[in-house]
Amino acid sequence: MSSQVAPVYGLILAGGSSTRMHRDKAALKYRGSSQLDRAFELAGRHVPEVFLSVRADQTLDPMRAQRRMIVDAIAGEGPIIGIRSALAAHPRVAWLVLACDLPFLSDEAVDYLLRKRDSAGFATAYRSAHDDLPEPLCAIWEPAAAAALAEYQAGGGHCPRKFLIRHAVPLLEPLDRRALDNVNTPEEYAQATAALESAAPMQLHVRYYALMREQAGRSEESIETSAATPADLYAELKSRHAFSLPREQLKVAVNSEFSDWSRILRQGDAVVFIPPVAGG
Amino acid sequence: MRFRFTEAAIDTQAARQELQSLAAGGYVSFEGWVRNHNEGQEVTRLEYEAFQELAVKEGDRIVAEALRRFPVAHALCIHRVGSLALGDMAVWVGVSSEHRGEAFDACRYIIDEVKHRLPIWKKEHYRNGDSGWVNCERCAAPAQHTHAAQHHDLAATAK
Repeated sequence: MSSQVAPVYGLILAGGSSTRMHRDKAALKYRGSSQLDRAFELAGRHVPEVFLSVRADQTLDPMRAQRRMIVDAIAGEGPIIGIRSALAAHPRVAWLVLACDLPFLSDEAVDYLLRKRDSAGFATAYRSAHDDLPEPLCAIWEPAAAAALAEYQAGGGHCPRKFLIRHAVPLLEPLDRRALDNVNTPEEYAQATAALESAAPMQLHVRYYALMREQAGRSEESIETSAATPADLYAELKSRHAFSLPREQLKVAVNSEFSDWSRILRQGDAVVFIPPVAGG
Repeated sequence: MRFRFTEAAIDTQAARQELQSLAAGGYVSFEGWVRNHNEGQEVTRLEYEAFQELAVKEGDRIVAEALRRFPVAHALCIHRVGSLALGDMAVWVGVSSEHRGEAFDACRYIIDEVKHRLPIWKKEHYRNGDSGWVNCERCAAPAQHTHAAQHHDLAATAK
């Protein structure tokens, strides 16, 4: 047996029949893309392989058929079956499980989850900002959970959230309270659409120098962000790249000119954070 | 162009030519060299890195400020980037002027401002195999004080 840390693949859950929404949630669109496409793209930016969890009766659904699928291989219903089927299909892989109905889920939140991963436990999950309970459908499930989940179901359990509570899986505090908001009703969908349209992410170009280049592991990147100002952007990137320098020690330049931290950023701006200088 | 970068050794003879003027009665220059120690550590080499688009603009502004504040004829600053060995010249400032006093003052103004305004970074490599970005890693706090002290000196000189 290898003691190496298992690789992480993505598993998108979009199987729910969505009685409250009266339509297939996977097809709901935000900013022109379906929830399903958005979830795949998000996961694909962080892990090498992404699969769609489907029930046996969904494999021919046109929306799902073009995806790589993991078909429920265990009797029963609900997300626990999708998670167990993935763990069974690839016993040496850990799964970044994402429900497709989390329209506010950000790269930052996924990245933070992966960085805080506890590969020796059963799972790594966030604490919901609304009810303080674990969020099992934006979580990393480890191979070691497979047997415990089977045992839990054999004992009559069916709720992955209660499984996480029972096993006292340590929980991460979400960086953004809204990141895990899910959308279950037409009213929630209308609110989420409006919120996402008004905070439309923009494309920015960021270049790194010196210590920050080394800590970011790259000299530049194009990013999609909703950060309104350089201050917001630094907060986002500091967490993503684990920058050691507090913002108070930096200056910032936008489009090759020194800038205020509170300037409003625009689509296409080029941003450089300037760590303490040492010329001469 | 009153400020520029070079990746090759700084050619001081050629740079000096750019300052020559029949109206000038003298010329002052400053050369910054890579020294073999810093903050108690034995340094073996340095790497300089710059955000050049912004540094050239800000460097031009510094030299223009010096020309406005002090009645000198010409001024130029050249900063090297890349990997430098001990004894290499990292920066050169030259000023020509009618009289010597303002040439010294302008030269001092330029090098002091360049050191703390331009987005240029220096990574020191030490004898013990360690390395570090100056002012960014362990000595971030003391560096702030040094800057403040230089500002006060400068204000005093400028008056």
